Amino acid sequence: MDTQTLVQWVLGENPGFWPQLIGVVAAWALPITVWVSLVGLISIWLERKISAHIQCRLGPMEVGPHGALQTIADGVKLLAKEDIIPDGADRFLFALAPILAFAGTFVSFAVIPFGPDLIIADLDAGLYFLAAVGSLEAIGVIAAGWASNNKWSLFGSVRAATQVVSYEIPMGLAFVTVAVVAGTLSITGIVEQQSGMIWNWYLFRNPVMPIAFISYYIASLAECKRAPFDLPEAESELVSGFHTEYSGMRFAIFFLAEYAAMYVVSALASVMFLGGWYTGIAPLDRAVAESGLWANALGALVIITKSFALIFVQMWLRWTLPRIRLDQMMTLCLKVMVPIGMFTLVIAALWQALVPEGAALDAAGHPAHPVVGSVTGMLVFVFLIVGGSMWVRSTIRATTSFKTANYRA
Amino acid sequence: MAQVNPAVTALAAAVDKAFGAKITERDLNGIEPFLRCEPATWPELARFLKDRCGMDMLACLSGIDRGKGQGLEAVYNVESCAAQRTGISIRIRVPLDNPVIPSVESVWRTADWHERECWDLVGIRFEGHHNLVRILCAEDWEGHPLRKDYKSPDRYHGIKNNVV
Amino acid sequence: MSSESPTTVVNAGDLRTEEMLLNMGPQHPATHGVLRVMVRTDGELVLDCEPHVGYLHRCFEKHCESVTTLQSVLYTDRLDYLTAMGNNWGFCMAVEKLYGDELVIPERAQYIRVICQELNRIASHLLAIGTYGMDIGAITPFLYCFREREKILTIFEHICGQRLNYNYIRPGGVAYDIDEGMLRLISEFCAYFGPKVDEYDDLLSTNDIFVQRTAHVGVLPVKTAIDFGCTGPVLRGSGVPRDLRKDQPYGIYDRFEFDVPVGSGERGTLGDCFDRYMVRVREMRESLRIVQQAVKGIPAGEIRSSKIKAKIRPPKGEAYTRIENSRGELGFYVVSEGKEVLYRVKCRAPSFHNISVLPEISRGAMVADLIAIIGSMDIVLGEVDR
Repeated sequence: MDTQTLVQWVLGENPGFWPQLIGVVAAWALPITVWVSLVGLISIWLERKISAHIQCRLGPMEVGPHGALQTIADGVKLLAKEDIIPDGADRFLFALAPILAFAGTFVSFAVIPFGPDLIIADLDAGLYFLAAVGSLEAIGVIAAGWASNNKWSLFGSVRAATQVVSYEIPMGLAFVTVAVVAGTLSITGIVEQQSGMIWNWYLFRNPVMPIAFISYYIASLAECKRAPFDLPEAESELVSGFHTEYSGMRFAIFFLAEYAAMYVVSALASVMFLGGWYTGIAPLDRAVAESGLWANALGALVIITKSFALIFVQMWLRWTLPRIRLDQMMTLCLKVMVPIGMFTLVIAALWQALVPEGAALDAAGHPAHPVVGSVTGMLVFVFLIVGGSMWVRSTIRATTSFKTANYRA
Repeated sequence: MAQVNPAVTALAAAVDKAFGAKITERDLNGIEPFLRCEPATWPELARFLKDRCGMDMLACLSGIDRGKGQGLEAVYNVESCAAQRTGISIRIRVPLDNPVIPSVESVWRTADWHERECWDLVGIRFEGHHNLVRILCAEDWEGHPLRKDYKSPDRYHGIKNNVV
Repeated sequence: MSSESPTTVVNAGDLRTEEMLLNMGPQHPATHGVLRVMVRTDGELVLDCEPHVGYLHRCFEKHCESVTTLQSVLYTDRLDYLTAMGNNWGFCMAVEKLYGDELVIPERAQYIRVICQELNRIASHLLAIGTYGMDIGAITPFLYCFREREKILTIFEHICGQRLNYNYIRPGGVAYDIDEGMLRLISEFCAYFGPKVDEYDDLLSTNDIFVQRTAHVGVLPVKTAIDFGCTGPVLRGSGVPRDLRKDQPYGIYDRFEFDVPVGSGERGTLGDCFDRYMVRVREMRESLRIVQQAVKGIPAGEIRSSKIKAKIRPPKGEAYTRIENSRGELGFYVVSEGKEVLYRVKCRAPSFHNISVLPEISRGAMVADLIAIIGSMDIVLGEVDR
């Protein structure tokens, strides 16, 4: 049932323009607000518990079982705090900035699917919409730093501007790579092609897709300003970067926007590379496909699990790696990730054009068994994981040379 | 402690040879070997110690108020990084009414901060220092706290001094 | 700006980029205390910086002129509060030097002093490494280092009842004896700690991002270091193998076998932040070696010399002594008039010199590098300001 029918059912046949508009907006906004709050709640609790366990401590344990209700308590606290606007701050921009930052992420939820029918707006150019709307957050961040009348916040926001805008290029290149392979910009279209067994996922669709996935993931870390790319809010350098002067509910909105953005990019990664709402076990998907309710329930469970798994990895990285410096970050973006992104795009396009995947087409007209691609994709994926781990181990084991060298006789 | 470090004896001998009577007092046998000179000789002696005797580090500059009409004294402890940190101290006494010592900032760059501290706390003025301002006390503090006749002010910017 | 005519192109040389005066105020997460650094920057590039100290000045030297010698030991704890044992020892050594040759510190006391000092060095370096990682952005090693530090502080609590300001090493020896249980605790710690340093190497020292942030940053040339009076890991990071425990051995350090780690530009330039950091990591291993040797060799006996009475009245004289503290050469110049209250005490603090070299080595660095440089200097404002 889509929003139109829902609104008409509530307001009756032929409601006026304004009631219909408000009704449609409310029907969109309400579930997203609930979901975003829930995601924020769970993510913040998860962050605190994961960071605690990585750091040999327990994290919140008092409020609720294992601190599950801690975030609610914190939310109430933030609501009740005094709203401070610094002297000399640009009041309008100061108030507008968190809203702008949040709005970008909030609107992105319109095209994030939860199941085959659970998508608010199934746009034909869903990917394009996401790329466009996601950049709104950058304006909010820049405005926050400027409006705070604080040199350190300005530092944070300038860094954020540089970072977020630069890393949209590798992200966009990953988007285009996926679009080239999929032949469509529609989110549901992209997911539909990944139905079937796990080797149908775009992650293995051709040899460069694993590389595109990693490139996208790193770019998304930079977009969300998460470590190792958390210069804009570098805690030990800039106190809190662009949101130093924010307190109470305004800060809560920034905070929520960050975790919502994490969910959006993780959900997008699941949709683009990890099969979306398909479990990857073909018989199971077929079994629930008949009943719309079960398909959607299972789909929602699957896509949320995949998104949270990627969020877990983001948090894991944050608490392991140090912070990268501004010029090193720009070098990484422009000299490493953009060339890699272009490389994957070109190879993916060539692969699409030249490699025959068999004449068999499935119901939607896409290749039913992309065997060559899947096999090579899986090989490359395994190679990256294994080879990468071996390389990291070799750099660590090199510490034995530290132990005996460089001492005075 | 009572045994004299031969490196120190050799150093003192070299200094004596170059400066002769300008070293007004020397004691190499006590627990703390030292040489004394007049403020005017000091820059030359400092330069000699650094360039010829290898005393490349100024470790410590202590300003002491000798009290009872004896004036102020600056004790420089210099040491040599190359020669296993052998060190010697140089004492310079100045009268209370004109406590001026030439700055040796150009010889050891660490003297910059040391002399600022000495000026701040004891009140010895170092001539030729490029920026002799207080370093530990507040910039607008009055008086030199480590002098024996120092009385702390009753109030500082309205804050009452509760020290008995 | 250039001429009035609207058709003239503005000369690029006329355009002035704005310089920003940034105040890394006394309150800042990364200045390791109340240090104020006035930074003149061109965007992210540091053109000049000027440290302002004195925010933690607590008149230590003036206090020593009005309290007894034994009470002064209490004040020395608060100088470099992270290596309080070293401060105690330095001051006590200066007072003991006034007694001359007739004062002999008992063997057991000497061993206890060495054990306490080296354990304290490990604890101090753990904090330095942990907070340095945190400044660079890796927050987890900080927690791991503090986990180890807790064990050392527990040992100290057993020995003298205090976790941070020990007031334990007194003129003539130490305050209380240590028993078998405490020695067992220390041995257990020694067995536990070795692999932990490997853990920090895995997490920080070999992490490519950490190395990129610290290598080639804040290069301190040898001549500048000596000219500014830098000592300790800062000097050794620049390749100068000077350590007072080897050069002018005090206590019983000449009986122990240990090496002195020296920087060598292994991942970057000689004398950069990474060298200073690695010197500290390796010094922890060496201190562990010393503690193990001391625990094995500690004899039974007195813990305080009977020459020094309850009321300490140092003979008339002046003395300057220095010890190798965690941050460098800690010196005390002590003047006594033969009374219970000392006439003048001057503390030569290593961090005072180490931070004075900051403007020299941070020109041309970025603001993020400035943080890395201050962290690698490992200063404690308690001893900078006294």
